[in-house]
Amino acid sequence: MNDKLRILFNGIIAENPTFVLMLGMCPTLGTTGSAINGMSMGLATMAVLICSNVVISMIKNFVPSKVRIPAYIVVIAAFVSVLQLVMEAYVPSLYATLGIFIPLIVVNCIVLGRAESFASRNGVFDSALDGIGIGLGFTVALTLLGAVRELLGTGKIFDATIYPEQYGSLVFVLAPGAFIALGLLIALFTKLRAAK
Amino acid sequence: MKSNLINMVLSLGVITIVAAAALAGVYSITEQPIAQAKAQKQKDAIGLVLPGVQYDNNPAEEAAEVTVDGETVKLFPAMAGGKLAGAAVESHDNNGFSGLITVMYGFDAEGNITGYAVMQHAETPGLGSKMGEWFCDPAHTIVGMNAANNNLTVSKDGGDVDAITAATISSRAFLRALTLANQAYEQFAARQ
Amino acid sequence: MLEYISIIITAIFVNNIVFAQFLGICPFIGVSRKLSSAVGMGAAVTFVIVIATAITWMLQNYILTPLHLGFMQTIVFILVIAALVQMLEIILKKIAPVLYSALGVFLPLITTNCAVLGVAITVVQNGMDLGESLVYGLATAIGFTMAISIFAGIREQLQWTSVPSAMRGVPIALICAGLLAMAFMGFSGIKIG
Repeated sequence: MNDKLRILFNGIIAENPTFVLMLGMCPTLGTTGSAINGMSMGLATMAVLICSNVVISMIKNFVPSKVRIPAYIVVIAAFVSVLQLVMEAYVPSLYATLGIFIPLIVVNCIVLGRAESFASRNGVFDSALDGIGIGLGFTVALTLLGAVRELLGTGKIFDATIYPEQYGSLVFVLAPGAFIALGLLIALFTKLRAAK
Repeated sequence: MKSNLINMVLSLGVITIVAAAALAGVYSITEQPIAQAKAQKQKDAIGLVLPGVQYDNNPAEEAAEVTVDGETVKLFPAMAGGKLAGAAVESHDNNGFSGLITVMYGFDAEGNITGYAVMQHAETPGLGSKMGEWFCDPAHTIVGMNAANNNLTVSKDGGDVDAITAATISSRAFLRALTLANQAYEQFAARQ
Repeated sequence: MLEYISIIITAIFVNNIVFAQFLGICPFIGVSRKLSSAVGMGAAVTFVIVIATAITWMLQNYILTPLHLGFMQTIVFILVIAALVQMLEIILKKIAPVLYSALGVFLPLITTNCAVLGVAITVVQNGMDLGESLVYGLATAIGFTMAISIFAGIREQLQWTSVPSAMRGVPIALICAGLLAMAFMGFSGIKIG
């Protein structure tokens, strides 16, 4: 049981994809203008990650090692396309907001990275747990970055006003703020982990 | 698993076919909801931009295309008793701060602006993106203006409309799209 | 002609792929410790983006759209890009060993560079014709090369500064990137034609 929990929490802290592994930087910077957008992007990635991890761990024994990467890419791309269609049908405004970053989940190094380093070596259940853990880690990181940028930029978190908008520094919602806020958050995370 | 040509081709082929089949299946399920969601968005916008205009038809079903100076816009006529009572016009401008903006504008029979709804934009958050609220805020609204009586450009260019603070380019694009919509509406009304 | 110039200026400066669109960040951070490797990566990306854009554009407009297979776009594009990168590696090794020794090590990294797939999808979404797509792809890649080269130059200098330990490495680099992005914001809103 402890083992399973460790797999789950591994992705949130020890191998947090954003703050420790520093993978998947494009959506991390590109979709975190607000907390809700960051969280949606994290959840979308998590959905793909869980599905692809499960399927890849199921087919791992039938795929010759030389073509495993292309095979994994096909599996991931199929799930991303399904996600695109489902989002366009049922949450069209969110789909429009996240835009090109939804199809780009397919080249998110986190997804292929977990397929190669975890799902291709472990069982179905463990792979699903790993997908949930890493996905949660990514979601938490994106939500946090989105919340920080939204708060500093517009004085709100999840659209709830914390302080009046005119005191916000709009640069945090814009491109430069994305880099700077992420840099500071990574530094903070490193500091906290070192202090432990 | 050891690789040889046969099992490499076979496994990749099977995976691709299964993936494509699954995708086609999901597509056939979601095709209708996607079309519905798009139609619904259009219908909502039409209803939103024509407050106070009485009509007895379904504008979305009677869409017409009108071309002004090489730009084609979609016009949704609102009819009452067979006469034109107003229209919603889906207009656009390519020179927003970050490219294309698409806005639905509503006009009544006299050509007064009754409302608008931003359909699509990529303007800067917190600046140009404010166009959704700015131009219907009572302090600097365009609702009620009429191209016949008002100069629909920003005050910086000698017009009657206050630009969004620090987002003149977005405001200009918004008003260019409005002018295009207005011209399309006049052209359409003249044909009736 | 003016249209092409407008696309070029916009793609390189106004809408820079790294600083404004947030694509290609992984190599931007991963391969920017040394100026020479940054330039190599930029060249390899340029090479792949232009060829990939041409192929995916034709696939989209001559096969996917006529057959109403638009929903297969993501899966087809990524496979084409992955195969293309592999093939380029083999071809370059055979016919241009000099070029291969310069770009070879960067090629495998490019499949998962979202700039390539990003450009391929963007030109289709914006309904560009083939000429515009190629110009856009080339200009975007030049913008990427410029961004990563400037950034590598700054990071080479950063090595000689004393930075608080928690900020060392990626964090301080990201903050520098933020300042660069701020500088690039000066270009925003510029319109030609």
